[in-house]
Parts: sequence; C-alpha cells; structure tokens
Amino acid sequence: MSAPEAWRLSATALAARVRGGELAVDDAVEAGWRGPAGTWEAEVRAVVHADPAARAAARPREGPLAGVPVLVKDNICTTDYPTTCASRILAGYRPPYDATVVSRLRAAGAVVVGKGNMDEFAMGSSTEYSCYGPTRNPYDLDRVPGGSSGGPAAAVAYGLCPLALGSDTGGSVRQPAAFCGVLGLKPTYGRFSRYGLVAFGSSLDQVGIFARHTGDLAAAYAALAGPDPLDATTRPGEAPDVSGWRAGVTGLSFGWPANLWREGVDPEVVGGLEEAAARLERSGATRVTFDFLPGEYSVAAYYLVATAEASSNLARFDGVRYGFRHADSADLRALYTRTRSEGFGPEVQRRILLGTYALSAGYYDAYYLTAQRARTRIREEYRAAFARCDFLMMPAAPSLPFRLGEKIEDPLAMYLSDIFTIGANLAGIPGLSVPVGLSRAGLPLAVQMLGPEDGEPVLLRAAAVLEAGGEVARLEGEDTPEFAWPTKR
Amino acid sequence: MAYEAVIGLECHIQLATRTKMFCGCPAEFGAAPNSNVCPTCLGLPGALPRTNRAAVDAALRLGLAVGCELRPVSEFARKNYFYPDMPKNYQITQYDRPLCEGGALPVALEGGARRFGLIRIHVEEDTGKSFHPERHGDRPVSRVDFNRAGVPLLELVSRPDFRAPAECAAFLTALRRLVRWLGISDADMEKGHLRCDANVSLRPLGQEAFGTKTEIKNLNSIKGVEKGLHAEIARQRALLESGGRIEQSTLLYDADHDRLAVMRSKEYAHDYRYFPDPDLPLLVVEETWIEDARGALPELPWAREARFATQYGLPGYDAAVLTETRELADYYEDLARGLDGKLASNWVMTEVLRAVKEESLTLAAWSAKVPAGRLRGLLAKVAARELPGPLAKQVFAWMRDEDGTVDELLERHGVRAQGSVAELEPLVVAVIEAHPGPVAQYLAGKTATLGFLVGQVMKRSGGQAVPQVVRELLEAELARRSGS
Repeated sequence: MSAPEAWRLSATALAARVRGGELAVDDAVEAGWRGPAGTWEAEVRAVVHADPAARAAARPREGPLAGVPVLVKDNICTTDYPTTCASRILAGYRPPYDATVVSRLRAAGAVVVGKGNMDEFAMGSSTEYSCYGPTRNPYDLDRVPGGSSGGPAAAVAYGLCPLALGSDTGGSVRQPAAFCGVLGLKPTYGRFSRYGLVAFGSSLDQVGIFARHTGDLAAAYAALAGPDPLDATTRPGEAPDVSGWRAGVTGLSFGWPANLWREGVDPEVVGGLEEAAARLERSGATRVTFDFLPGEYSVAAYYLVATAEASSNLARFDGVRYGFRHADSADLRALYTRTRSEGFGPEVQRRILLGTYALSAGYYDAYYLTAQRARTRIREEYRAAFARCDFLMMPAAPSLPFRLGEKIEDPLAMYLSDIFTIGANLAGIPGLSVPVGLSRAGLPLAVQMLGPEDGEPVLLRAAAVLEAGGEVARLEGEDTPEFAWPTKR
Repeated sequence: MAYEAVIGLECHIQLATRTKMFCGCPAEFGAAPNSNVCPTCLGLPGALPRTNRAAVDAALRLGLAVGCELRPVSEFARKNYFYPDMPKNYQITQYDRPLCEGGALPVALEGGARRFGLIRIHVEEDTGKSFHPERHGDRPVSRVDFNRAGVPLLELVSRPDFRAPAECAAFLTALRRLVRWLGISDADMEKGHLRCDANVSLRPLGQEAFGTKTEIKNLNSIKGVEKGLHAEIARQRALLESGGRIEQSTLLYDADHDRLAVMRSKEYAHDYRYFPDPDLPLLVVEETWIEDARGALPELPWAREARFATQYGLPGYDAAVLTETRELADYYEDLARGLDGKLASNWVMTEVLRAVKEESLTLAAWSAKVPAGRLRGLLAKVAARELPGPLAKQVFAWMRDEDGTVDELLERHGVRAQGSVAELEPLVVAVIEAHPGPVAQYLAGKTATLGFLVGQVMKRSGGQAVPQVVRELLEAELARRSGS
C-alpha cells in the first residue's frame, strides 16, 4: 500500500510499518489529513483544534502505536492543544499538563492529531451543543453523529485516524460509535485513569476508545488501562489481558433481554441485534433469554447523580483563574453570574441547576440519596444478570441517527436516547458498541454488549467475531477485512 | 436577671505535614506567592485529589490522644460555596462520617483540672489566601495566593461545655500544647496555624434550654478569643436586658478596636450542599494503622505532668512549666536522672529557661549547646556541696559559651573547685577584719567599697578565686555582721 493510502490501515498495521521503517512517521501521522480529511472535514467538522506544528513535534518510531494518529476529545487535557470542552467558558484554555491517558498514548508511540468536537462539557447526545457548532454524521450529513463524543466518532468513521479517545458518562462513546458505525468501548469504571479528563459526573465518567478494528481496540486498551497514582478511583491491580481477543466465542453465553426492545426501539435496530445474535450463535455462543429490567428508574437515577456531581464539578469555572471572564463585572457576584451565564450554554446551565437543586438542603434525601440507593440496586441487578451469562446484548440506542435539530428543543427526548447506555455507567461495568451493517437507508446499525466488571476480554472476543463474520483468524495483518467506509451523500 | 453563657469552640489546626492534603506540593509557609502549586491544588480542569496518609495519621494521633472513637471507614465530602480563594469552589472535608468522634481534652483550670468534651475531629483542606483590596492604577484589585490551598487541616469541634471565656482560653492553651507535643502542628495562632471560631449563647441561670447563638470569627489569638467572647457576652446580655432578641448571625471580631461586626445574618446562611466526594474512595483506616499510631504516641502531656509531680516530688506549678513542651520535659527528665528532682527543676525553670530566652534559642539548639548530661555534671557537684551556688552559676555561664566538663572549665578559668568555699571563707573573714574602715563605709551605705574588699580577697587567694563568688560571700558575711 502506498503512503497516500496509509489512512486505510488499521492502527496496528500502521504502527508495524512505522517500526519497520516501511512508512515514514510523517506519512503515518498525516495520512488522514492529506487523504479523507480533504473530502470530509469541511462538512463533518469533527475537529475543533488542529495544529500541523504540534503534529510534527513528535516523531515516535517505537511502541505498539508508533506513529498512529489519534484524535482526542476536547475534554481531555493536552499540553499541545487547547482543551475547552467545546465551551465558551474555557475559550483558549491550554492545560499545563497531559491527561494520564494522553501521556500513556504518547508513551505507546501515538501522536495526538487534534481535538475532537463534543457536546459542551459532554452534556448531550448529538454533538449539537458545542460552541464550535455541530459535527455531522459522515453516513448522512443531515444527521447527527451522536454524542457527546461525536467528533472523535465521526473522525474515525471517515478515516482521519484509526483511533480516537472519547469520554463516556452515560453512553457518550457507545452511542456516537453506534451512530457512526465504528467500535466504541467504555471500560470498567476505574480501568482508565480520569486524571486530566475534565470531570462531568465523576462517579460515572470513563475515557473510552473509538476504533475501526477490534485489534486496534485491544492494542489501545492495553496501552491505556491500569492503575494511576494520580487517580484514586482507578482499580488496583493489573488490568485484564485482552490479547486473546481472537479466541472466538465458543462456549460463551450471552444474555438476551428481549423484553427491553419490545417497544420504543426502531425495528431496524432490533433487526441488527437479531442478526448479530445469530452470527454469535453460529460461532459457538449460546443465547440465554430472560427478562431484564435494569432498574426501572435508571434514567431518573442517572440524571440526578450526573447533574448533582456536575453542579459541583463545574463550580470551578468562574472566570477567576482561567478561561472566559466577563469583562464588565463591578463586583464578585457579578463576575460569577455574568461569566457563568454567558460562558455556559443552555444545556450545561440546565444541568447545573438540576444538580444544584438535587443537592439542596431539604431535597438531598429525596433526590440524591434515593438515586444512590437506586444505583446500588441497578448494580445488583446487573450482577445477578451476569451470574446467568458472560455478557449481555442490547441496543446502543433506541433509534438510528436522528436529524440535526430533531431533538434539540426537547431535552427529555434527548435524555431518553441514553436509556440503553446509562446502566453501564451506573453499574461501573464495561460496554462496547459494535457496528453490524447498514440500515435500508444506509445508516449504521450497531449492537451494544455489556460485560461484568473487568469483562473487557470477553467483549473484545465477541466484537472480533462480529467484525470478521465468524472468521476471527482473518483479523490480523493484511487479511483484516476492509472497513465499510461511508460514501458521501 | 442573671445569665449564663454557653460557648462551643470550632478549631482549625494546620498540620505540619511535608506535603499538602491531596497533592504532592510542599505545605511549607513563606514561599513566593503561587509557587507551591500544581494542577490539583489549583483546581485546574481534570485534576484529581489523592489523600495524604501523613495527614490522616496526624488526625489519628490527635484522636487517640483525646480518646476519640475512630471510624474505620470514614468519608470525604464536598462543601460547596463560591469564593475566589477556593480553587474548585468546593472544599474537600468530612461531613457525616468524620474520622474521629467524641473524646475529651483535659484542661488545667484555677479550680483544678477539667475535661472538656469533643464532638468530632476531621480532616480537610485549607483554602488559599486573599489580599484585598490593593490598587492597580486607579482600580482596586484583589490578589490570591494559592500556596496555602490544599494544606491539610484538622477541624476540631467541642461540645458547648464552656461557661466562661477563661475556660476557652485554657482549652486553647491545652490544645496548643497537645498538638505541638504530638508534633502535628506548630499551632501558632498569630500565623494562623491554629484558628478558632466560637459559638455563644446566653440563657437565664438555671434554664436548661439553650438561647439563640451567634458565631464569632476572626479570633486571632488566645487573648483575642477571650476578649472577643467577653465583648459578645456583654453585647448579648445588654440586648437581652433591654428586652431585645438575639438574632442568629455570624460576627467578626475586630481585636484592635475590641468591636464586633455582623458578617452575615441567618437569612444569608449558606446551603453548602454537602455530598460524598466521588473523586476519593472511602477512607479506610485498618486496625494495624490505628495500632501503629497508638504505638507511636508519646506519653501525653497531662500524664507526664502528673507523673513529674509524684515521681520527682515537684509542685504542680513546676510540673506544668516543665511539661509545656515535650522537648523541655525530655530535657528535664534527662537532667534529673540521679539528681534531686526539685534541684533540677529549679535550674531548668530559672537558669535554663532564662538563658534560652536571652539567646532566643529553640530548646533543641540549647540542648545541642548544653546537653542535659553536661548540666547534670554541674548539678551533681552542687548537690554534693562541692560547688557553692554562686560558683555553680559562674560555671553555668561558662558552659553557655565554652566546651568542656565542669572540671575542665574550672581548670581553664584557674579555679580550684574542691573546697573552694571552705578555703575562701577564712580569707573573707580575714579581709573584713583587716579593713574596718571600708567595711564601716560599706555598712553605712557606700556599697562601692565592696569592689576594694573583693580585690583584697582576690589578692590573698593568689588570683584563684572567682570574683562573683567572692562578691557574694562578702555580701553574705557583711549582711550577717550588719544584722547582728
């Protein structure tokens, strides 16, 4: 493959060529920019900060991800690009430190090629709530890429880079991955360091990975996972070994809680699920059907916990030390209120207000504590489900990618699009979105798989089977099946 | 109507740990503004806290010393409010599951010792420091120094057991001694290492129910606490006696003008929206940790004070002075080995403490200069009546500036110590009898002639005597004669 075609390569194949000297680092890092970005980026707008000089600064030739370009969501701290959470309140802010996941990426040889668009402070499911304007879905430019990590998902889908980092507080990696037809992994809570991820809901937030190939997911997971002394919530001990991702699914069982999609789910989404399940069965997995209600109150519990934590986490954005400050403030109170009223967008303000209310004296027990109790029950329900199967299958989102503007005036409808993803965040378990083809209208179809804590190895084995149509032996080197690239419409 | 004051104290103790509570920055005082800072203590986006075990250890030691119940699993919480010197606009503290609960601090009062009950002791982080307003051209500006942000604090809340400001002052004095004794804080109130807020209410004598309380802040010294409380009690009493009502409020005490100003009234009370900090796991203190802390606990000041009184036969006053600091108590005990306890106490309380004060030394520096063992050599000779008091004091003065044992010092200065009083006394008597004129002048009040008499004795001793000793022996003999 010639250098101009390098953008089609998987991350691991790209890194192997860089290490072997067959591909110049510069050609590896710039492949997406010289190639598909020219066709796509002006309209998709996946990237909010790019800097050729920053890309050129690092020239790694070693490491499992040597020379692999990675787009990083704009809420993950990088010293070489601004980190603004797509919010006016952090306009121009450049962190003095790299997030742990970023330093681990760099240590593995990867190069940050820019920052990805997102819903402001990761609050949203469509990447429409960004101060930079929306990102569009490469499969249909009139549709949203999902959110909140819409930029990184879209960039991986159209070929800017084979890997990207997002963050997932209630589905913000898995839902855009599903909408953009790429793999999206949210690891077990505490497996990836949150140090340097700008907090939204600290007890729910995890950095996640976007990839086009299961092997790339495994390589990135191995580079990023593990305890971090800078994040007291990382899990102690070694991360699970995902190197057996090509082991197949023979002998594994998957839970099939069909009661969850009996209504309110797009029939084509259900069709994609059925086809994926059949493929897994043909490869030796067993379907275990049971009814599962992962906490009827999970959406309510989620929006109380996430907003309560957010109201406190976002208090530091006040115009005093960094970022945007309202120029006309006669006193401290005015400085705070004007800075925050103009610096935060409407969805962020809505959630700060919700969370402040949920924590207020007299309401704390009724809202926050009740939500925490519900959360404990949800966790137990998932645990009970995993006593009956190795992983669960369900939709990533109830619908196919929706149109820009379709839900922006209806926050509740937007919140309900998270219904299948928030459970994993409340329970702290890993979840993975896997593309399974296209709908009749040519939009990506995907399934979501959830595993027990530290169940990433099993999820990757199942993803590899779906990616290869059962022939996992093909998933290496030049045999890797070509990604189903979007065509421009 | 007679009223009784009910007072509770809330103390903040800044810990003398090497690093801050939730990051690795130095916790030292006095560095250039905003130099001891990092993403975590500046509250930069994405930065996370991690718990400093040394600070928890300090809390455990204090908790054990005052008999608190220690929670094996406690919890950090966020206290949310906006202020520019608080980088995250929330403070990490402990709320409904503090590390230590209950316990009591023994306090020496005029009428005897009393134990004042505690509600809780917990760990938290300090804020930065604001400086305002300053001028920047024609605009007033405020500046913030974040060096202090994140420095570990212990918050100690007492029961409302105090009835008089003097009790509060004694409590703070005892607390200051204890935390210094444990080596967990410098506890200098003027430097803000030890801060104190007080809650005060008045009630008619004999009434069980509490009155409405006010909180006084900005009490910057132990004296200030006492004065501020007197001022507030007087204010409340005057208000009640004139038929007024106390309003729940927070007041600032201005020590310079002995005045109280209302900072905020109840309507503006904060809702701090406490909730467990999701960035920090539960604080688990294993039994072995507690046992290690207990094992590392020194003999406590009040126990040592009591032991000094019985073991060394010291008056209560001596025992209290000698246990003011652990270093002093150690020095005393080292010195007193094999000696009469009271003799050692007298020397420490007068000579040693005076010398330390004169030279502005720390006791550690003093001990390096005059180790207890060296001083013990001197006192042993005093006890054995081998050195007269005045000569002993002269030797002590030499010890402050020179090396050497007592014998070496005596030799260096040409003084034969053995039997020197016995040898000098006949010379003194002889000189007095040989010079009746100057003696009469001296006895008539012309004390300057003493110098002449001293010179005569020195001459007869062949220059071997110590002038100070001769002077004192002469004075004693002359006094005896004038009296008889």
